[in-house]
Amino acid sequence: MEALVFLGCTVPVRNLNYEVSARKVAEALGVKLVDLPELGCCGYPLKSGDQRAALVLAARALAQAAATGLPLVPLCSACAGTLTEAAHHLDHDPAARAEVQAELGPLGLTYQPGVKVRHLARFLLEEVGLEAIAQKVVRPLSEFTFAPHYGCHFLKPSRVMGGLDDPEDPRSLARLIEVSGAKSLDYARLKDCCGGGVLGADEDLAGRMAGGKLGELTAAGVTAMAVVCPFCNVMFEGQQKAIAKRLELEIKVPVVYLTQILGLALGFKPDELGFKLNRIKPKELLEAFK
Amino acid sequence: MRLNDCDPGLKFAIAAEPGGEGLKACFSCAACSARCPVGALVPEYDPRRLIRLALLGDREQVLASPLIWLCSACHGCAEVCPQDVRFSEVVTAIRNLACRAGYAPPSQKAIAKQLAAHGRLLEVTEFENNKRAELGLPPVSESPGDFQTILGLAPESGPAPGEGA
Repeated sequence: MEALVFLGCTVPVRNLNYEVSARKVAEALGVKLVDLPELGCCGYPLKSGDQRAALVLAARALAQAAATGLPLVPLCSACAGTLTEAAHHLDHDPAARAEVQAELGPLGLTYQPGVKVRHLARFLLEEVGLEAIAQKVVRPLSEFTFAPHYGCHFLKPSRVMGGLDDPEDPRSLARLIEVSGAKSLDYARLKDCCGGGVLGADEDLAGRMAGGKLGELTAAGVTAMAVVCPFCNVMFEGQQKAIAKRLELEIKVPVVYLTQILGLALGFKPDELGFKLNRIKPKELLEAFK
Repeated sequence: MRLNDCDPGLKFAIAAEPGGEGLKACFSCAACSARCPVGALVPEYDPRRLIRLALLGDREQVLASPLIWLCSACHGCAEVCPQDVRFSEVVTAIRNLACRAGYAPPSQKAIAKQLAAHGRLLEVTEFENNKRAELGLPPVSESPGDFQTILGLAPESGPAPGEGA
């Protein structure tokens, strides 16, 4: 099974632990991730300023994907959301498609409807399936508990992201954690937004949004929080110290990527999964894998 | 607010933007406000109030307001709205209008410039690609030329601006 991997802006520069572990897990599960170096930004950061230009950038990626004939698999939830929405919009609106094609044509690109966009976690659930993953687990992580963070763009807006899970009562990431043998924590602030969307506009507000969840998970004492989006990671891992200081909170929550959890269960060593690049180390987990 | 100073055309201008059309369906039930994680922390931020101001046509209060930049795009409002207003899309339409009216926050210009130059929010140079190679990762493009064409901007000539997210 092949898929075109979409790295976006942040993952290939700042979150190499996510990328390394995602590639290892995909390969172990029989998914060949194909690379196209010229894939760039999905357009999301431009939406607020100029959503027409943002749509052209998304269409550019979708046209590049269409030329390969492969499904497009982003690692970032904002990329997955933006590209899914763009494909949905353009596939259903011939006028918008013509407008976008007028810009893509001179670049030698053709928008072709029907590109399937799916976040890697969703792709693993829907294409590989829990049973196939379970069969490959060689090191069940039964002594650990992870708190899934769904974030917003993995499941919402359900109008275009639907079909996988109920954003009001999500279970998909819990299932992917549980297939590793670990426990998945159900907690009060499970569905909270990380605040990353307002980090640029109001750092203090963004910190307070992330701080609530970090506070609850500190008290709960989990092995780590499990994320599937580099922007959520910026808030929960990258900003954690600054949040603790500014809000005078006693918080400490290791943050790992879902693919790092799956990678350990599939038999990879922490060093092969980029754990050296995790800034708040999941000590309990790493001790067990020494 | 003086109603005589309001611009009844504002709602049509917003509705003409992609995603802005839902605005006119709002019947002020406040389901969005109750669900909003930003509103829970910032009392003066209220999606329903922003919609009312837009419908009444208080141009300045809407387009120049720093509040319109506080939506985190969590889409929780869109999930609970009985009228399918999709506030998170409406606020994007409002932000686009605000930018064209000269109220763009500095970050918006910086984002467009950065994307035109590098095709990504973060600069990719030989240094990043070497780091990737050390981990066995394939190279990514350092400056996809068509971003510059699409965005109609020349790449940065001076030193790279501060890095974003």
